[in-house]
Amino acid sequence: MAKELLKGNVAAAEAALRGGCDFFAGYPITPSTETLEYLSHRMPELGMKERFIQSENEIAAINMVMGAASAGARAMTASSGPGISLKAEGMSYAAHYSIPFVLLNVQRWGTGLGSLKSGQADYFRECKGGGHGDYHNIVYAPFNIQEMVDDMYEAWDVAEKYRVGVTMFSEAVLGQMMEAVEMPPFKKREKELDWGVDGTGTKGMKYPTGDGWDYVEFELEKYNRIIDEMQRWEFYNVEDADYIFTAVGLPARACLDVIAKLRARGEKVGMLRPKIIWPFPFLGFEELHRVNPHVKGFISVEMNDMGQMVDDVALAAKKAGFNVPVYCYPCGGGVPQVKAIIAKYQDILDGVLKEKY
Amino acid sequence: MTIIKKIPDKLGQHALCAGCGHGIVIRLIQEVLQELGQADNQIAVVGVGCICTATSALKVDRFQAAHGRACATAEGIKRVRPNVVVYTYQGDGDAYTIGIAESLNAAYRNENITMISINNTNFGMTGGQMSWTTLPGQKTETSVNGRDCELTGLPFHFPEMVANSQGFHVAYAARGTVNDVKSINQTKRMIRNAFEAQLNGEGFSVVEVLTACPTNWHMTPQQCQERISTSVESEYPVGEFKKRG
Repeated sequence: MAKELLKGNVAAAEAALRGGCDFFAGYPITPSTETLEYLSHRMPELGMKERFIQSENEIAAINMVMGAASAGARAMTASSGPGISLKAEGMSYAAHYSIPFVLLNVQRWGTGLGSLKSGQADYFRECKGGGHGDYHNIVYAPFNIQEMVDDMYEAWDVAEKYRVGVTMFSEAVLGQMMEAVEMPPFKKREKELDWGVDGTGTKGMKYPTGDGWDYVEFELEKYNRIIDEMQRWEFYNVEDADYIFTAVGLPARACLDVIAKLRARGEKVGMLRPKIIWPFPFLGFEELHRVNPHVKGFISVEMNDMGQMVDDVALAAKKAGFNVPVYCYPCGGGVPQVKAIIAKYQDILDGVLKEKY
Repeated sequence: MTIIKKIPDKLGQHALCAGCGHGIVIRLIQEVLQELGQADNQIAVVGVGCICTATSALKVDRFQAAHGRACATAEGIKRVRPNVVVYTYQGDGDAYTIGIAESLNAAYRNENITMISINNTNFGMTGGQMSWTTLPGQKTETSVNGRDCELTGLPFHFPEMVANSQGFHVAYAARGTVNDVKSINQTKRMIRNAFEAQLNGEGFSVVEVLTACPTNWHMTPQQCQERISTSVESEYPVGEFKKRG
């Protein structure tokens, strides 16, 4: 199929439909609104007029998604940081009932209202829970629009396989920019779900009730399977690298340019890019240790203010057997400049920037 | 003449307080749905509150919604299962206080769902605090000197609001009680109207039922009956505020 030039938020919406999405509820919020706008006319075009709801607020949207998914739909909502804070309650409920659904977070920078700069400040919230209780969503962190399309296309297969929520960790610039992408064909769920509410009372929601160990074991079994099966990462120039950048999303693309520039002047640097950030690719660090045990340090480049992913980088590096410093360059809001990353790298070599761990 | 007691197929046991009205309403819902041939074609979306001690009385497909969000969840279900009878079952705290946004917006969009709300003029499950339906001067755990409407607002009238406000075009809105045989039969007819409206695709229907809360009102069931038929009904009139077209 020919490639099309599409905006990230639109591509994500179309890829969701190709992947079987047949219910959407959402509320306008910059920088994710194009997803809502596109689906408002695209779903009626596909005969799903009633399956699109512009909801009264973010909270209603996630509760509509829960209802629709329980009734058998492949349901999605989309928002940005502040809106997803409001959805946190619903995400916890969805986790409690093991309801599969997809959430697109087109992140802006900052706390509170934040700003419209691109951001990755929701790492903790998306990867460590966010709502009350113990739970995780599987969190995809694509670094170009094609990868976001491919991830979105797979999202419900994975969500339904494990009965878990899936979060797309997008960001303002990735949602707003355009790239050439190839759309996959429309597909449907392969076999009927063996749970859900259809009015007959014959299946039901099928999750362990109560607060005993059977519930805990059900949860542990589910999440441990995901940890075993869903770790994904990509290496770039790691074999001989002294320093390894770790980054996701657009900072990872900036790091690719950084690596090219530093390599051109003889600096041995590489990158480990997590493609999924929960479960975090601990296995990737172990493989890196087998490939190149001589790494001198890790540098986590993130679009937030204090560094968040760096905690997982440090843990994964330690678990893999690296006893080396872990540095962090949290660049604040907006995609980091290549020259700024190179300057931070130089600061590390000069001993000016101290390790975080 | 032999009187045969018929218990609806989908009715189970509950663990509600003695004298509580919830049990009667749940039974009426199941009687009506069985009479309409919908016993095996229903999804109950239940709110958070006293109903949590009675979900086992609903032996049907059900979804325990988050507090106040039942109407939103029910909308999601109904859009996916348009041929199934979908209703919410909520208390006044759930439906009108924390859930005011979701309830009003479902009515505003005239979603083809049914809302059964139980108004016992307080938050029952948490031990009798003031809700938006608490009567002026009523003593609760958070209005120990009686509700001060100057500070806390006036009693909340959801059925009247969605029946009579400009911009709302709901299918059916009514209020009943389950205080005696006559009112139980009247409320049953209201519930039947509400479900028939949904089955005909007429849109949003709501039946609010005034019920007793002996535990938190600190009254005997007889005293509760007396209170409902006097002060509660004088604030919340029984009747149909929006009749079916």
